[in-house]
Amino acid sequence: MSSRPSAASEVSGGDPAGRLVRPFTLTGGRTRPSRADFTLITTVTAVDPPPAGAARPQPEHLRILRHCARPVAVAELAAHLDLPVSVIVIMLCDLLEAGRITARPPREVSGVPDLELLQKVRDGLARL
Amino acid sequence: MPASDTAVRAPAPPDTLKILIAGGFGVGKTTLVGSVSEIAPLRTEESLTAAGLDVDDLDGIEEKRTTTVALDFGRITISDDLVLYLFGTPGQQRFWFMWNDLALGALGAVVLVDVRRPKVSFAAIDFFERRRIPFVVAVNGFHGEHPYPVEDIRDALALPEHVPVVLCDARERESCRDVLVVLLDQLIASAERTEARV
Repeated sequence: MSSRPSAASEVSGGDPAGRLVRPFTLTGGRTRPSRADFTLITTVTAVDPPPAGAARPQPEHLRILRHCARPVAVAELAAHLDLPVSVIVIMLCDLLEAGRITARPPREVSGVPDLELLQKVRDGLARL
Repeated sequence: MPASDTAVRAPAPPDTLKILIAGGFGVGKTTLVGSVSEIAPLRTEESLTAAGLDVDDLDGIEEKRTTTVALDFGRITISDDLVLYLFGTPGQQRFWFMWNDLALGALGAVVLVDVRRPKVSFAAIDFFERRRIPFVVAVNGFHGEHPYPVEDIRDALALPEHVPVVLCDARERESCRDVLVVLLDQLIASAERTEARV
């Protein structure tokens, strides 16, 4: 999974020192996710019920959990919670590590093209 | 990654895919996304701050030190288990570094061209060509009008034959849908050629 691009790198381009400071107070000063599992279209889902013995989440973590009771893409979460994607990803890492969410990576499209998948997308679009 | 977990009672998460909507500033990318998306376009933002500026000086020059990079995106549910996202790329050329990461894992791209200002979309065309990312060029007519035939536009943009050019109206749902279908047709034709070679 380490080869998967993180959503943070998708939008930040690198230098965390050059950012606005305020949102990172939410993340305990960390500016890098501990896992690179989250792209903009990774879907995350809250684990319900939460794992036994789980610590009480921080308010911002709770907000995320409430928004992903059903599967939701990382980009949508960031938009709904009005937080930069990079900040959301850091908190998602916390939640993933705590067993509070599951994450599903996007459909792999590199390598040999999947004709069946492409046809399915085409047919779906044509129905719009 | 724990993609499945017996404790999860929510519906199974869908597979997700993305297509990029690129082109110069103000060519109608967000309009196109909004026309075909099932949700009003959403915006995610990243604030990039220029380094080395005096933090104490807040007198109305915030724009100078902070640049907000915004991504507008929409969603099209293809089926219960497949969701397509459309991401409008940042129009300003200086954010090219974002395109690299955004392009990773994309099915392909639509480069939107404003018929009155084709040059502002050159950088986007160049970007996808160099990286061999499949794309179609969609010419957005001002007020839906198309004064130039496709071949003239193809010549003006020096586009190779294999890149489809379609005329569109970014405000019209059917027109934008057709642009996406042309992209998928191109991807399918390319996949069939690959299969035939195997």
